[in-house]
Amino acid sequence: MGTMLEVRELTKRFGGFTAVDRIGFDLAEGEILGLIGPNGSGKSTTFNLIAGALAPSAGSIKLDGREIGGLAPTQVCHMGVARTYQIPRPFRKLTILENVALAAYYGANRQISRSEAWKRAEEAMTLTRLPADPGLRVDGLGAAGLKKLELARALATQPRLLLADESLGGLDEQEMDQAADMLSDIRREKGITIIWVEHIMGVLMRVVDRCVVLDHGEVIASGLPRDVAHDPKVVEVYLGSDAESIQTQVAGRQAGPEAAVC
Amino acid sequence: MGRFGLVSLGHGAFLGVGAYGTTMLWNHIGLTPWIGIPISVVGAGVIGLLIGLPCFRFRITGHYFALVTLALTEVARLLIVALRDQTGGSLGVTPVGMVSPEEPISIYAFQFASKYVWFYIMVVVWLVGLLIWRAVDRSMLRYAMEAISQEEDAAASVGVQVTRTKLTVTVISAAMTAFGGAMYGQYQQYINPETVSGIAISLQIVFAVIAGGMFVQLGPTIGAVITILLGEGLRLGFGHEFHGLDVTIYGLMLILFIIYMPRGVLGKAAEVFSTPRSRPSAPSAQPGE
Repeated sequence: MGTMLEVRELTKRFGGFTAVDRIGFDLAEGEILGLIGPNGSGKSTTFNLIAGALAPSAGSIKLDGREIGGLAPTQVCHMGVARTYQIPRPFRKLTILENVALAAYYGANRQISRSEAWKRAEEAMTLTRLPADPGLRVDGLGAAGLKKLELARALATQPRLLLADESLGGLDEQEMDQAADMLSDIRREKGITIIWVEHIMGVLMRVVDRCVVLDHGEVIASGLPRDVAHDPKVVEVYLGSDAESIQTQVAGRQAGPEAAVC
Repeated sequence: MGRFGLVSLGHGAFLGVGAYGTTMLWNHIGLTPWIGIPISVVGAGVIGLLIGLPCFRFRITGHYFALVTLALTEVARLLIVALRDQTGGSLGVTPVGMVSPEEPISIYAFQFASKYVWFYIMVVVWLVGLLIWRAVDRSMLRYAMEAISQEEDAAASVGVQVTRTKLTVTVISAAMTAFGGAMYGQYQQYINPETVSGIAISLQIVFAVIAGGMFVQLGPTIGAVITILLGEGLRLGFGHEFHGLDVTIYGLMLILFIIYMPRGVLGKAAEVFSTPRSRPSAPSAQPGE
């Protein structure tokens, strides 16, 4: 497994405020990396920098050795990076299937036929367990459904790297487990590398291979979930009183995915 | 364009480019409208591109886009007036006539004395227009535009080339409008800055589209019928006593339509007559989730 993404000295300033301060991490092909940290720690900014929604103030982001920092979102998408939104942004006037098919059609890095786009859309919907009824409107989806639609739309572009932004926000416990398993399945079945930004740590720690913890725009810890969960700095600024329960969850992660049958 | 969230008040300019372009080429260098019309249509497309590119690059949308295009239509009108040596200024201009009672049809000059000929020409033009609408409506372009008009960032993030897509729609729209302008000039055999450019005509176009219903294929057609009937009715009823009365009434009706019938007459009719489609009403999750 080679290195897919290399982030070096990445910095983003908004006026006098430095949201992301010289952060760096590597991502191996096929890996699930958790990007975590308290509110305002720079997770979403980092995410937007990789996805092209923001241009870095300094530093580099290399995908397979090619610089992608500062490229437009459309270009980044065509290079095989797909993202979801924390607050779902469906195209409400289109049906669910059309939402996904549109992404398949335009997200492919070379021209594909419409029938191919619809086929890819159905595939992505099966993978995310969305109902494949072509007439179904977005309005009929609940919070979990909208999150799934975000994922399906991202997957339909056939990415190599998926940026999942708080896929668990607003879900109940059971839905969270399902969503986490889904990301795990996506990696296993499609070989897609994933960066997962999340606020809720327990579930994330069960699934990710490695974690990067941000605080005030800086990396304060990175490594295996087990090590990160015991890192005194992480416990202090982020985990706080939850530390013990999360450490237990991480320790029990071997049993985790199998136990949560959906 | 309107259905994709781009309200253009600049279509008067494109109409003017089509009408004046064709007539000027014919009057000054004797170029047959068979070539003059395509040149004018392409010219309008290029102007659409030039106006659209900076607007879309800098994300000028909504009210601001309407204002930019409003300026465009006024620039077009003022240019026509200012270049009076070439265009006849505010008095208007007549294409050099090639038809006479002995020879009522000139294919070369695209001039036909008979209204019947024009009727059939316009039916064909109308049908072609509807076909273009349908082609756009069934293409991926429509999905892309729908997506852009609702969630521009999300559309970009799934690979939709936002600026290029908007420009495509703008150019198609500008070109079709210019073609309409050219047809109008050839039919009327007289054009002036007020009838083919400026705020009034742009407003009339927007009004027709909104009144008829911009989401329904025949909406703009019905809208045009309403608009013209209204215009002619006012003219017959009040003569020219109240200058600007028609525009005032359009403005008023525009507001009423936007408030009470935002999808237009046909859109409303479709709403009333169609039974609610099978859409899941409960906002809860789908079964199987």
